Amino acid sequence: MRATIEPTGLTRRIIPCLDVAAGRVVKGVQFRNLTDQGDPTEAAARYAAEGADEIVFLDITAAPERRDTDLDWVRRTAEQVFIPLSVGGGVRSVDDGRKLLLAGADKLGINTAAVAEPELLTRLAERFGSQCVVLSVDAKRREAAGAEDQSWEVVTHGGRTPTGLDALEWIEEGIERGAGEILLTSIDSDGTQAGYDLELLRRASALSPVPVIASGGAGTLEHLADALDTGAAAVLAASIFHQETYSVGTVKEYLGRRYPIRIQTGASR
Amino acid sequence: MTATEATVIDAGVGNIGNLVRALRHLGAEVEITCDPATIRASRCLVLPGVGAFRPPREILRGAPEEAIRAALDDGATMLGICIGYQLLFDSSEEFGTTDGLALLAGGVTELPGGVPLPHIGWNRVFAVKDHPLLAGSTNDDHYYFVHSFAPEKVPEEWVLGRCRHGRSFPAITGRGRIAGTQFHPEKSGAAGLRLLRNYLAWAGDLAGGVAGGAPEGHGGTHATAAGH
Repeated sequence: MRATIEPTGLTRRIIPCLDVAAGRVVKGVQFRNLTDQGDPTEAAARYAAEGADEIVFLDITAAPERRDTDLDWVRRTAEQVFIPLSVGGGVRSVDDGRKLLLAGADKLGINTAAVAEPELLTRLAERFGSQCVVLSVDAKRREAAGAEDQSWEVVTHGGRTPTGLDALEWIEEGIERGAGEILLTSIDSDGTQAGYDLELLRRASALSPVPVIASGGAGTLEHLADALDTGAAAVLAASIFHQETYSVGTVKEYLGRRYPIRIQTGASR
Repeated sequence: MTATEATVIDAGVGNIGNLVRALRHLGAEVEITCDPATIRASRCLVLPGVGAFRPPREILRGAPEEAIRAALDDGATMLGICIGYQLLFDSSEEFGTTDGLALLAGGVTELPGGVPLPHIGWNRVFAVKDHPLLAGSTNDDHYYFVHSFAPEKVPEEWVLGRCRHGRSFPAITGRGRIAGTQFHPEKSGAAGLRLLRNYLAWAGDLAGGVAGGAPEGHGGTHATAAGH
């Protein structure tokens, strides 16, 4: 029997996510009661050694304006970690984006600023290319009579601020405006470790021509596989990696049985 | 032992910071320049590129391009990366036809549809030939790609590694002291760093003037597909 030749060898990505405040990895519940979890460079280097395909940093530093030294942790990480680095949080202008890219970020995550000013996505894409622009969407389930009526609303500030935007419509608009990737977080599932919002992922993946990264709710290996089954190009997780429930290597070994996955030779487990 | 000196050609577009960080991480002394005299004197050239084909092509036209040819004729080594790789070939079809540096035979064309474009992410590269750049590599190695165009009609004996996305394309090509990768080794984890380390070692060996060690292709930098 002849093996089918796939049209591409592109792999599904496994992406650990790190929350960063004032240059340190932090953990908290909805950005409150933050506890110090260590150095972002060290954490990223450890995940990269385990075979992470990319690292997503969410900079939740509460500061009206970013000083140049506030990006030192990005510079240090880029000097030691040689996989794609995505940094979200605090990008409100093309100049903010330029500073982050020069510091060593490969991708810019845009969330609240895009809701406030959708043209920012276009300006960033025209200046740096769509491959740099990740639209980060926090989606919350609306009350619905049945599955057919189910819809999701875009929320900001960790779910506390409703925007009135329909999440799927916003994703379409964001792609039209230049987003090269969608980081889609279910606010209902985030932090529960009870699984991703698969219906949300299924609908978003079906309509999006650009990669959709599943986020919010990963607790088991099966959850990650479920997300890939919906068509997600990548799975993002935080707790399962930080709490060392699974290493990136373990996750990849498991998912590699069902999906094309990059297995790093000599990766630490 | 002195560190390898590498000259990163700055054709004015795109963020080359992470490539420079990777080369420095590997112990290279890196100079970033588009100055013809500096390029001319270099033994180890790296030509990066992000974005579109034509802007860096126009920046290189004239004196920098002449300096690259003269350095290569003098035995320098060169590694092209992503757009810098595409610039090594005869031409590109991106936004109309633009001539390349024609250091490698082949043309750059858009990848076919039916797969997501741009091709962004980790893809597998099958090594099809032994080469100093590929020392220690396996056919399980994946590298990080960001592109929509890729070379085709490259003489098979110069293709070092192939990748599949819509079509099979040469992901690594090498001829004499000239080589290039369509992917970003500086973003490809351990496999990418190994390739860059191999390049620095190879350039260092060749610059060390191993007598009689001139590889094939030396002495003429303009290549055509004729006769292959």
